[in-house]
Amino acid sequence: MIEVVGVLAAMLSLGTPLAIAAAGEAVLERTGVLNIGLEGMMLAGAFAGFVVCHSTGDPWMGIGAGIVVSTLLAILSSALVLAYAVDQVVVGTGINLLSLGATGSLFVSQFGTTGELVAVRTVPKFGGNWALNPIMLIGVAIVTFAWFSLARTRWGLAARACGESPEAAVAAGFSPLRVRFQAMLFAGATAGLAGAYLSLAQTNSFAENMTAGRGFVVIAAVTFGRWMPLGASFACLFIALAYGVQFLSKAKDLPIPYQLFDALPYILALVVLWGVGRGSAAPAKLGIPYRRSEG
Amino acid sequence: MIRMGTLLLVPFGLVAILVLTLLVFGLPLGESVALLYDGAIGDKFGVHRTVVKSSPLILVALGLMLAWRAGMYNIGGEGQLITGAIAGATTFRLLPSMDGFAANLLILTFSAAGGAAFAGIAAFMYAKRGVNVVISTILLNFVALSLLSFVVRGPLQESSKSIPQSDTLPGTIMFLRFDSQSDLHAGVLFSITVSLILWLWLSYTPGGFRLRLVGSNPNAARAARIDATSVQVRSLLWSGALCGLAGGVEYVGVSGYLFDGFSPGWGFLAIPVALIGGLHPIGILGSGLYFGALVAGSKNLEAFGGGKASLIYAMQGIGVLAFVALHEWLRRNREKVSAG
Repeated sequence: MIEVVGVLAAMLSLGTPLAIAAAGEAVLERTGVLNIGLEGMMLAGAFAGFVVCHSTGDPWMGIGAGIVVSTLLAILSSALVLAYAVDQVVVGTGINLLSLGATGSLFVSQFGTTGELVAVRTVPKFGGNWALNPIMLIGVAIVTFAWFSLARTRWGLAARACGESPEAAVAAGFSPLRVRFQAMLFAGATAGLAGAYLSLAQTNSFAENMTAGRGFVVIAAVTFGRWMPLGASFACLFIALAYGVQFLSKAKDLPIPYQLFDALPYILALVVLWGVGRGSAAPAKLGIPYRRSEG
Repeated sequence: MIRMGTLLLVPFGLVAILVLTLLVFGLPLGESVALLYDGAIGDKFGVHRTVVKSSPLILVALGLMLAWRAGMYNIGGEGQLITGAIAGATTFRLLPSMDGFAANLLILTFSAAGGAAFAGIAAFMYAKRGVNVVISTILLNFVALSLLSFVVRGPLQESSKSIPQSDTLPGTIMFLRFDSQSDLHAGVLFSITVSLILWLWLSYTPGGFRLRLVGSNPNAARAARIDATSVQVRSLLWSGALCGLAGGVEYVGVSGYLFDGFSPGWGFLAIPVALIGGLHPIGILGSGLYFGALVAGSKNLEAFGGGKASLIYAMQGIGVLAFVALHEWLRRNREKVSAG
């Protein structure tokens, strides 16, 4: 019984950042932008959160810093992907490298290479064995907000039109570039919160490349969730189970090689991608730059 | 693909980014550049180090280029390099009595096959289920890293079973070393040969033309009755083969055994090499040598406590973003000129 609670609690704790990032990514992908740089944005959020919490002692200041830095990266992405219509995969890859390199170098230069853990204060926890925290509630609010704005508002209609047929959005009086930019800001902010969660709620420190592919797992989960914020978030909780089992396996001495558990979230994400395929749910213009026709 | 104007600006841009990055991260500029220079091309050993470090960067970047030019965004170079090396080490484990040139050739062949097979998973998922290659190849990188960690502690672990690494290859199987005091090995010739072959193939053969057409204009390709999916799948398989070969060359050229840190991220470092090389085989030779020199020179930078690999990642990230922005800016200016 304790173990079931343990795995479920781990699923919630590990799934929350994924679900938060997935809500933003799902909205963004519905407008037609594939944000490969999500991994880098989360990593930058984790680092900024850690640094600011370390110097101010306030985890909430850290969370705010994580959101701001990640949003700045989203604005940089937007400048290239939206204003300059550069290939989204190339820009995302650039963002990931920049974030990996910058956070790694700054971390080593400021906190040394000793490998000694620099612990910071985390957000408060409650709920005993369940180890709940307030960001989980914020996560629920964010996912609900993403679902509502996409499915029930005029903006959501425009956003979906931008992903299917930007020309139709223009005809209805919306600017695809502006709508995509708004979605990009939301995706950047949620990625930053998700990243800061990793360093300030899930753990109490930062490590080089601490996101370890979570951003990519989230992108896979968005596909699995059929580009719907709710679906994507549940997909994240499902994949988080694999991370939870991983922690459990380290505590026990199982006859199965531990590397299999390390690889499990990624294998699960691949299996899930195979299962759902591309299908017809994918936004028709996903990954395709929109150029304002001149003249 | 890339105009001369952009091409000439690239070296200046790369130097500017190097200076900028060193300044931003608070490293003493003059000393750092001097150290980088010494480590990379200061003496014979520096030059050798640069060439050796460039080799996997160029081979993987060429592989990635092949897939990218066909519209298949292979980000899985790291995983394909690692599985290639694993396949090579497995070949040696299964046929321990093999020796000399034949063994060398067999290991390299299976390395390429291993990389191709691993890329084949993503190719298969794409062809059958339309799974996005970017995502699947990225996820497969993590699977390959776990696989490497498993085999060096399990089936491929060295005979005494005490260290997590595979048995060391005998010197007779390893590539010829040109200099007994450096790592410079005959395998580096692969990168030059393959880039020349790919350049000729892409530019002057029907197959190369079909690949470029599928990548640049899938509709035109379909109109010309080209089976786009088949071309793309094959490009991804060959891409994986080259990345696997890079792993094999590192295995029989430099280390001689497998271990956890076998690849210091060659597959990731090679992505910007391919992009900044303008996705052109000859451009990749140039950018591969530049970043190889940075990797070689950054050995010396460690003295300052700046995470050396991290610094290169940062420079590459800025490099890629600046490169694509510049490219687009120049394109727009040309359009304005021709319109006005």
